[in-house]
Amino acid sequence: MTKFATFLTIGLLTLGLAACGGDKKLKGEAGDAGVGSDVTSRGIGEGVGPGGEAFGSEADLRARRRVHFEFDSSALDAESRAVAEAHARYLVDNPDIRVTLEGHADERGTREYNLALGERRARSVAQVMQALGVSRDRINEVSFGEEKPLELGHGEAAWSMNRRVEILYGSY
Amino acid sequence: MRRTLASVLAAVVLAAFQFPAHAVLTIEITKGVESGIPVAVVPFSWQGYQAPPQDIAEVIQADLVRSGRFDAIPPADFLSRPHSDKEVKFKDWRLIKAEALVVGSVRELGADRFQVQMQLFDVFKGTQLAGYRYTVAGRQMRKLAHQMADIIYEKLTGHPGAFDTRIAYVTVEGGASGRKFLLRVADSDGYGPQTILESWQPLMSPSWSADGKRLAYVSFENRRSMVFVQDVASGRRTKVASFGGINSAPAWSPDGRELALVLSRDGNPEIYRINLATKALRRLTQHHAIDTEPTWSPDGKHIVFTSDRSGGPQLYRMNADGSGVKRLTFEGGYNAGANYAHDGKSVTLVSREKGGYRIAILDLRNLALQVLTDARLDESPSFAPNGQMILYATEEQGRGVLVAISSDGRVRNLLKFQQGDVREPAWSPYGTKL
Repeated sequence: MTKFATFLTIGLLTLGLAACGGDKKLKGEAGDAGVGSDVTSRGIGEGVGPGGEAFGSEADLRARRRVHFEFDSSALDAESRAVAEAHARYLVDNPDIRVTLEGHADERGTREYNLALGERRARSVAQVMQALGVSRDRINEVSFGEEKPLELGHGEAAWSMNRRVEILYGSY
Repeated sequence: MRRTLASVLAAVVLAAFQFPAHAVLTIEITKGVESGIPVAVVPFSWQGYQAPPQDIAEVIQADLVRSGRFDAIPPADFLSRPHSDKEVKFKDWRLIKAEALVVGSVRELGADRFQVQMQLFDVFKGTQLAGYRYTVAGRQMRKLAHQMADIIYEKLTGHPGAFDTRIAYVTVEGGASGRKFLLRVADSDGYGPQTILESWQPLMSPSWSADGKRLAYVSFENRRSMVFVQDVASGRRTKVASFGGINSAPAWSPDGRELALVLSRDGNPEIYRINLATKALRRLTQHHAIDTEPTWSPDGKHIVFTSDRSGGPQLYRMNADGSGVKRLTFEGGYNAGANYAHDGKSVTLVSREKGGYRIAILDLRNLALQVLTDARLDESPSFAPNGQMILYATEEQGRGVLVAISSDGRVRNLLKFQQGDVREPAWSPYGTKL
């Protein structure tokens, strides 16, 4: 998982790897095929000069299924906002698809407050999507608070990974 | 003769050698007071056909020592071994500087029937302070020992004991890929744990009803939070809340008819009351901030809760109808997770200090905040029903463990379970006496 985490932070995580993070298998619905395991190669080919990376391209952004947060914050930084917006555009283009936003917190502080914080994080991703035209009834917001950490450690490395929203497609 | 507990780290390790079925934990007293009341607990006499089902004197002595208010005189120093008032020579106990003396006997009456007798004496005055006789079954013997320790504690300290109580907590077993959550109930000293619920999804926030018969908790079965109430004896459970969004943080009304809980069905976390019989809902908070972690005052008049309406989480108090909201905490950037003391005069809470999350007590009369612990990740504090101890969860060597600390912070007992991550303890109110 640590290795995956490293990939994630540099934005190269493909859908297949991202799906391993949650304990829910993503269903291979029609919508998922567009951001399937071939996403990385397609992204690299798109409008990139010699030696460049596809970082920031639409497909790459969409391949990312997690956004992370600062402590006790639900604010999205520019990069996370771009990820949320790419998913929103995808949802606008595919009106039959629903999305689940699963909010999480790190272990610090009380569990119930963190449950609320996880929901607030999911909400802030949902708001970005709604602003781009995704109707609220297509967005399922769930919070697990600090109960489902990605990393089990007790330091900032684990905490920063665990403060997240997972963007999940398919039946929840 | 007086032992200085503070000088001996892990002064007492009580392992259940004689009763391996219960050998799931050890209790280490990692911090003690300068000196307690010197007490001599004489091993009870036994009259019967097989081995006694329980060493009552050992349980009584362990309870008293664990409270930090007593120093047990080692039996090797005893000059005599009386088992009833007729055999007690007070001179023998004055010589070894005992202030209190406990003696007793167990007699087998028939199939799984035992007569247990206990007497407590004031050694200096040479008088009996308490004397009780019970007839119990073998499986009730440990509970009886805790009940006797409660009597002794009250006679000698003036405060009721809380040994004959239970704790509920959540244990997590397994790794990141498959973690199993267990909701368990054990005696207040951690013995005899029984699993009352198992789930592959998280369980959290167990809360006892005032009669100690039911637990409310949050379960994420079906991958979302829901609130349940479970009858502890029968295991029968009822789903109380499964609205859209968060369903969490259940707290009982003192009369056991309602829960205060948190729902985000209207868009963000708000505190509601739900009537358990009619399922009628009443919303108490109206704020776009996070409002959570309600705890009901024992007189039913107030609810203390956590809100980040000022920017970070702080404690507030409102009337039980939602009116008259008043901020309670001002020191530090993080004060949350309050639980009322049973006398209603204070709450215990989690307070951030120097980057660590610590257990504190807030005096509701003058709003003075006293931090009791100094670790990094302390959480989920709850008072013993006598207000003398606080049980909470912390992390030690990467593992969740439970700690009981005296409400003045001077005594600390670590409850070491053999396996799993242990968290979210809730100390029960008083239960039924034998």
